[in-house]
Amino acid sequence: MSKSNTATGAPKVGLFVTCLVDLMRPSVGFAAVKLLQDAGCEVEVPAAQTCCGQPAHNSGDKADTRAIARATIEAFERFDYVVAPSGSCAGMLKRHYPEIFADDSELGPRAAAFAEKVYELVSFLVDVRGLDKVDSAFDRKVTYHDSCAGLRELGIKEQPRQLLASVDGLELSEMDEAEICCGFGGTFCIKYPDVSNAIVEKKTANIAGSGADCLLAGDMGCLMNMAGKLSREGRTIEVRHVAEVLAGMTDGPAIASGGDDTA
Amino acid sequence: MKPTSHDFKSNAAHALEDEPLRRALSGIKHGFVANRARARENLPEFEQLRDEAKAIKEHTLAHLDLYLEAYEEKVVSSGGHVHWAATADDAQAAILDICRKAGARTVTKGKSMVGEEIAINDHLEQNGITPVETDLGEYLIQLRKEPPSHIIAPAIHLTREQVEEDFRRTHTGLPKDRVLDEPDQLVAEARSILREKFLSADVGITGANLLIAETGTSVIVTNEGNGDLTQCLPRIHIVIASIEKTVPTLEDAMTILRVLARSATGQEFSTYTTFSTGPKRPDDPDGPEEYHVVLLDNGRTEMLGGEFHDMLRCIRCGACMNHCPVYGAVGGHAYGWVYPGPMGAVLTPSLIGIDEAGHLPNASTFCGRCEAVCPMRIPLPKMMRHWREREYEKGNTPPRYKLGLKLWAYAARRPKLYRALTGLAMPVLARLGKRKGRFSSLPLAGGWTRHRDLPSPQGKTFQQLWRERKGRP
Repeated sequence: MSKSNTATGAPKVGLFVTCLVDLMRPSVGFAAVKLLQDAGCEVEVPAAQTCCGQPAHNSGDKADTRAIARATIEAFERFDYVVAPSGSCAGMLKRHYPEIFADDSELGPRAAAFAEKVYELVSFLVDVRGLDKVDSAFDRKVTYHDSCAGLRELGIKEQPRQLLASVDGLELSEMDEAEICCGFGGTFCIKYPDVSNAIVEKKTANIAGSGADCLLAGDMGCLMNMAGKLSREGRTIEVRHVAEVLAGMTDGPAIASGGDDTA
Repeated sequence: MKPTSHDFKSNAAHALEDEPLRRALSGIKHGFVANRARARENLPEFEQLRDEAKAIKEHTLAHLDLYLEAYEEKVVSSGGHVHWAATADDAQAAILDICRKAGARTVTKGKSMVGEEIAINDHLEQNGITPVETDLGEYLIQLRKEPPSHIIAPAIHLTREQVEEDFRRTHTGLPKDRVLDEPDQLVAEARSILREKFLSADVGITGANLLIAETGTSVIVTNEGNGDLTQCLPRIHIVIASIEKTVPTLEDAMTILRVLARSATGQEFSTYTTFSTGPKRPDDPDGPEEYHVVLLDNGRTEMLGGEFHDMLRCIRCGACMNHCPVYGAVGGHAYGWVYPGPMGAVLTPSLIGIDEAGHLPNASTFCGRCEAVCPMRIPLPKMMRHWREREYEKGNTPPRYKLGLKLWAYAARRPKLYRALTGLAMPVLARLGKRKGRFSSLPLAGGWTRHRDLPSPQGKTFQQLWRERKGRP
């Protein structure tokens, strides 16, 4: 899958930070940058990015979706690759943008060409950059939640596990039903809080059942949901984005944990 | 059935507090889901078979008028009758008419979701005819006066204890000391009651999983054999089926049956697969004297060629609901009408209107598991989104939600403004939540914090930090 422009120099990667990483957990963005740079990429972060548009898309608001999608394509189509530390947002860019513009003779082909370049971070490192190990250490027993869009829209399953296996001291203990939704669902968790809660309750029980003391996943939405539930339940399982562990940037507080607020 | 889909939220809230229901639903994982996974593992060509099955339905739908005419011709030439029903009312009227002409007092029924869709039991009862459900699950919910909660396992919401209780309450001849601890004992008890009903019925009504145009045959799959007794013992057999059940050939039917059972229950094939072609012929040892097919449209031709066209490929296996986290949490009754789960979230608004059923396509996390397991590869989340688009265009989106969405979108479409606003807000929020790293309540975030803490942001946004550090991690 690797493109050949590595021969002529480092591929230019546009980092699509994602709104939740940008606002809630910038450290994940910096972890992504480190991983990409270590994998020989030149990373840029276009200022003209906000969100992938899923809240509008999944609320049936076509006009705003198209406007946001168009702006994202315009900001990123000059790069060799567009990488996001989220399967959900990458799935939106890669799978949904071409559908959104399918009936548009100008933006349709552009969205399709753009989509070709889009990857979720960890699968990009493994599938495109050929990475099979990382240089980091994390002395923990972790469990990994497969976020839905990454798993089912982008086929992300083995890639994070492969890289996690190379982390010094890390032991992966799979939870039951790792592939089942955590109940976040974007605006779903706000529109149907009780149903969402019933789903995340099952998830946190499975997480606890794994015996792991740390939960990892590749999507901030799911992570915030699960971390928020674990903390409400008084469980002391630490929650982190997988990129933090792969980049060896685990010094700061975990998600929903107190302490230092610097990134 | 009077829909309560508009009450999805309160239906769901009740369901979530229903302990027996949650126990009953927890069995799906080790039953249907595990069995389907095993069946799929055991058939290397399963994925290819899905493509073939999908192609068969696509082809049929593209030429549905021709195949329906061909089907009718074959039914008639084999001595049967076809009744075209544009609406549920038409179908009710056609069935009642047949029953009246036959002087029927009791009607046995095989399991039929179309029967539920047209509420045939209520209609017959109102007209002095007693319908008796013969599928065990349907029989149970008929005793309880409940609608089905699943399209292939109508009583999946019940525990064994509840069933025992219902039998002791309604089967007056049942000795108090009879042991009903095991499912087999419950089945035997139901059989002993139903046996009499089979023999006394004047008319038997079944659904159809498939209608074969080539031969004029209707096909049902069951695991109890009740369907066979329902259609062979009474003098008259009525098949009630919606028009999209048609397939061109017997060969096509076999392809679909191979994915149907595996997707539904994980069986390679259902225990009984029954083919019915016309009434009893002179040399046949048994069979009905009259064979009627009521073909229901009820909004389906409106779906052809439109945004919800793909939904007409559905073969009612139930895999989507078995794998749905929302269905698994609240069960089928919360959806408030005949068809629950993801397939219901798409189909129900088509049949009873988006104003009544607006919650259903919204009550999905879009986890995509339904589409992943659908044997006909129906893009269920995409079609739920189409319903959300229609709602949005109609102005049905709740005002507060829409206002929030619009404010957010206004900023999200203007990166400079967005950076300025978030750059101001996040550090403030971070300071407020710094000590614990989370909020247990926060204005405007009640939907989130009712059940879980909200992690607080780290501080400045990534965009701020990135510019400040000039791209150095």
